[in-house]
Amino acid sequence: MSDTLFHFFSVLTVACALGLVLNKNAVASALCLLVCLTGIAGLFVLLDAFLLAVLTVFVYAGAVVALFLFIIMLLDMQGGDRKPFTKASIIAGAAAVGLLCTGLYSFIVRGHIDSPALADTPAVGSSLRAYAELLFTTYLLPVQIVGFLLLIAMLGVIVISKKFEGLEDIK
Amino acid sequence: MFDFYFDLPLWFRLVLQGTIVILVLFPLAAACSMAERKISAWIQGRPGPNRTIPPFLAWIPGINIIRNLGLFQLAADGGKFTFKEDPVPGNVNKFYFILAPILAMIPALSTISFVPFGAYFKTLADGTRELTPIILANTDVGLLAVFAVSSLGVYALILAGWASNSKYPFLGGVRASAQLISYELSMTLSILPIFLWINAPGGEGTLSLFNVVQTQSQVGFLGGMWYIFLMPVSALVFLVALFAETNRQPFDMPESESDLVGGFHTEYGAFKWSLFFVAEYAHMIVGSGIFCLLFLGGWNPLPWVSLADLVNFGAGFLPIIAAPLVMGLLAITLFLLKVGFFIFFFMWVRWTLPRFRYDQVMNLGWKKLLPLSIANLIFYAVAIAVKDLYFPNL
Repeated sequence: MSDTLFHFFSVLTVACALGLVLNKNAVASALCLLVCLTGIAGLFVLLDAFLLAVLTVFVYAGAVVALFLFIIMLLDMQGGDRKPFTKASIIAGAAAVGLLCTGLYSFIVRGHIDSPALADTPAVGSSLRAYAELLFTTYLLPVQIVGFLLLIAMLGVIVISKKFEGLEDIK
Repeated sequence: MFDFYFDLPLWFRLVLQGTIVILVLFPLAAACSMAERKISAWIQGRPGPNRTIPPFLAWIPGINIIRNLGLFQLAADGGKFTFKEDPVPGNVNKFYFILAPILAMIPALSTISFVPFGAYFKTLADGTRELTPIILANTDVGLLAVFAVSSLGVYALILAGWASNSKYPFLGGVRASAQLISYELSMTLSILPIFLWINAPGGEGTLSLFNVVQTQSQVGFLGGMWYIFLMPVSALVFLVALFAETNRQPFDMPESESDLVGGFHTEYGAFKWSLFFVAEYAHMIVGSGIFCLLFLGGWNPLPWVSLADLVNFGAGFLPIIAAPLVMGLLAITLFLLKVGFFIFFFMWVRWTLPRFRYDQVMNLGWKKLLPLSIANLIFYAVAIAVKDLYFPNL
């Protein structure tokens, strides 16, 4: 049963991820992303990581994709003409392709990681206490840093998007 | 007596239970539309629908009572929505236009699976009795799962507005997404104090709604207190956010008839429109249920009187009250009474208050409710810490 479900959710996730990239219609792309995230949540459930599954649906499927759709609809983005290549964009593209190929190559050749024995991994499941303890002890610093980065990004968006006419506005 | 039921395969039992719950919820949502018409009529001082009757039933004496209650109107409405012509306007995006009402139903009907609606005494192998919830999926992430699934409901509104390919539905869809995202924050923050309170230090940590009710049915002054008395500000913020999340007046920006004709469902008709309608009422029922579980003690009859007390007291005279079936029915009845009152409250507010302007909705959400819920959270975090440190036995 869980094998069948695993195959179902994996195919769903990958197919929707492809649909997200290949679709010409921005709204259809965003909906593909939505189904893709739901598939990932399903995979989390199969791993007994219920809290992670629920949070994925809540935060990403419920709020982030809704914001994407909101922006797409508000700006009425329908593709449009592609800008011509410039020298800089060609160099950057080539570099990105090179990096991606290197990454893929190293992943295929030496990416084999011994998965830890099942008995060694504690079954956290939906135990909030286990998550909370990890968040406030082992991962306290990374969480704080990521939170700070998000705050900076938010301030940056406000500064860039708001037009400051004079000193009065900044106050 | 019911042993044969537990011999059935698990998947079959789950499908059966789910079907039964949907078969109750769906007509209940439809009946709410009837209740809405009768209550609005009562508030406005007019009789409301009281003429509909199938001619072949009219000879039965005394049936006028049912007719005057407007119960046949419900059947007439249902028949109309099912058999009416269902046109699809020419310029819509057909696939998404048809997908939207289906998407509206899925979260509306599936959130109920995480909501307990009753409890009964289960006799364990060693003879002790244990209070067991009546719920489809008893998970520890309970409330979070409800929020996660119900947050998907916004896509139906966005898609309906976008796929209709005309101005009014589009504006309705944009308003819906902005409003739902704004009020989700205050809603989640407002109930955090409850979970701070019930998750004592050293415990495993739970978000289960059944445990919330259990902590409201303990002995003692604080133990038996409903959380609406303990955390009135949380209850207020949650209730206001609930109105906004279910798109009920005074927050029905997505469909406000006076400026957007019908908002996101302007282009819809017949059965597709009724699906949106039923989804809205199903959201209302589930939302009222969650409010009752969080703040009004769920299936407990009165503050400081828990269901278990009542049943143990009653079993002294009538032992059958403690039987699982009777006790379960009693719990569900008590719970549905509270939910029914809240559905009445929703309608009462709808026919009493005028609709907000859109900027007022945004101001209320971001500048008033959000700071209020954050302040509320900080206050209770400090208060609970002080209580745990200095008055652990209170």
